[in-house]
Amino acid sequence: MQTSQRAIEIAVGLFVAAGAAALFALALYVSNLTAFAGGERYTVIGHFQNIGGLREGAPIDMAGVQIGRVEAIELDKQTFEARVELSISADYDNLPSDTSAKILTSGLLGEQYIGMEPGGSPTTLQDGDELMLTQSALILEELIGQFLYDKASGGDE
Amino acid sequence: MLARIQDLGAATLTAIGRIGRSSLFLGRLLAGLPLLVKRPGLVIQQLYVIGVLSLVIISVSGVFVGMVLALQGYYTLVDFGAEQSVGTLVALSLTRELGPVVTALLFGGRAGSALTAEIGLMKATDQLSSMEMMAVDPERRVVAPRLLAGFIAMPLLAAIFILLGVGGGYVVATSMLGIDGGAYWSQMQANVSFSDDIANGVIKSLTFGFVATWIAVFEGYDCKPTSEGVSRATTRTVVHTSLAVLGLDFLLTALMFD
Repeated sequence: MQTSQRAIEIAVGLFVAAGAAALFALALYVSNLTAFAGGERYTVIGHFQNIGGLREGAPIDMAGVQIGRVEAIELDKQTFEARVELSISADYDNLPSDTSAKILTSGLLGEQYIGMEPGGSPTTLQDGDELMLTQSALILEELIGQFLYDKASGGDE
Repeated sequence: MLARIQDLGAATLTAIGRIGRSSLFLGRLLAGLPLLVKRPGLVIQQLYVIGVLSLVIISVSGVFVGMVLALQGYYTLVDFGAEQSVGTLVALSLTRELGPVVTALLFGGRAGSALTAEIGLMKATDQLSSMEMMAVDPERRVVAPRLLAGFIAMPLLAAIFILLGVGGGYVVATSMLGIDGGAYWSQMQANVSFSDDIANGVIKSLTFGFVATWIAVFEGYDCKPTSEGVSRATTRTVVHTSLAVLGLDFLLTALMFD
C-alpha cells in the first residue's frame, strides 16, 4: 500500500482533530459541564430539616428556569439540620430576601432539585444570606406512615 | 509426579521471566520516548496505521452499540414508565464502561495483532538485527513510536466511539421509539457529570491504550523468530489484551467510582 507522506499526514491530522472534537463535544453536549460553569455567582444558605435524596450539583429552579446549582451540603452540628449552600447565577441578583426554597422531585422517580419561590420583600438576597423559609423533601415512607395512621384513627369514628 | 512439579516450576519461571523482560523492555522504551521529539514523522506514520485505519471498525461498532443500548434500555425502562431516561442510560453506559472497554478490545484485535505480527516478522526476517548492525537501536526506531502512537490513538478512538454511540442511540430513540429528542439530551446532560463520568472514561481509555500497545509490541519483540512463533505471539496479544483490559476495567471501576 503506497500512500504518500502528505496524504498520511492529512489523514492523521483529521483523525486527531476528530478525536479532540469528539472529546470536546462529549464535554459540551453529553455532560453538565457547561451549565453554569462560568460567570459570576453568589451563595445563599438554606437550612432544611430533611433534604431527602438531594445531592451536590442538583439544579435550582425558579418558575421552572434553572438559576443555579447546589454547591455544598453538610449537617449543622448545633441544630442537626441540613445546611445547604445554594450557588445562584449573578444574573439573578434581585431575588426578594423572603424568597423560599422547597425540595422537589422531577417526575415520580426523577432526581431531586430545589424550587425557589419569590416573596414580596423590597430588599434583595445578598451573598451569604440565609433563607428564612424552607420546606423539606417529601419522604415517601413518612407520607405512607401518616396515611396509614390517618386511616386507622378515621376508622374508629 | 516429579516431572509434573518440574513442569509447573518451569512454567512459573517462564511467566516470571516474561514479566521481568516486558518491564525492562517498557523501561527502555520510555527512556527512548524523548528522542521521538526529533522524529515526529515516525509517530505520525504509526498514528496513521494504528489510529486512522482503525476508525472504520470503531465508528461502525460505536453506532451499533449505541443503537442496541437504546433499544434494549427502552424495553426495560418502559416497564417502569421511565423511558425518557434512555438517553441517560446510553450515555452513562458508553462513557463509563462500553466506550473504553469495547474500543480497547477492538483496538487489541485490529491494531494490536497487526503490531505484533509486524514486529514479529521484522524479527523473524532479521530486519531488527540488521538495524542493530547499522548502529540503529530498533527499540527506539521501531517500537517506541508504535507505543506512543497507541497511547495517543486509543483515547481519541474511544471518544469517537462514545460520541457516535450517543448519536446512534439518539436516532433509534427519536425515530423508532418515539422519545422526544429534547428529553433525550436534557436527561443525559442532567445526569452525566464531566468530572466523574467523562474524565474517568478518558482515564480508562488512556490506561487501556497504554497496556494494549505495550502487550502488542512486547509480544512481537519477544516472539520466537519463526512463522509459528509469530502466529502464536499474535494470538497471545489478542488474548492477553482482552484479559488485561477486562481485569483492569474492574480494578479501575472499583477505584474510581464510589
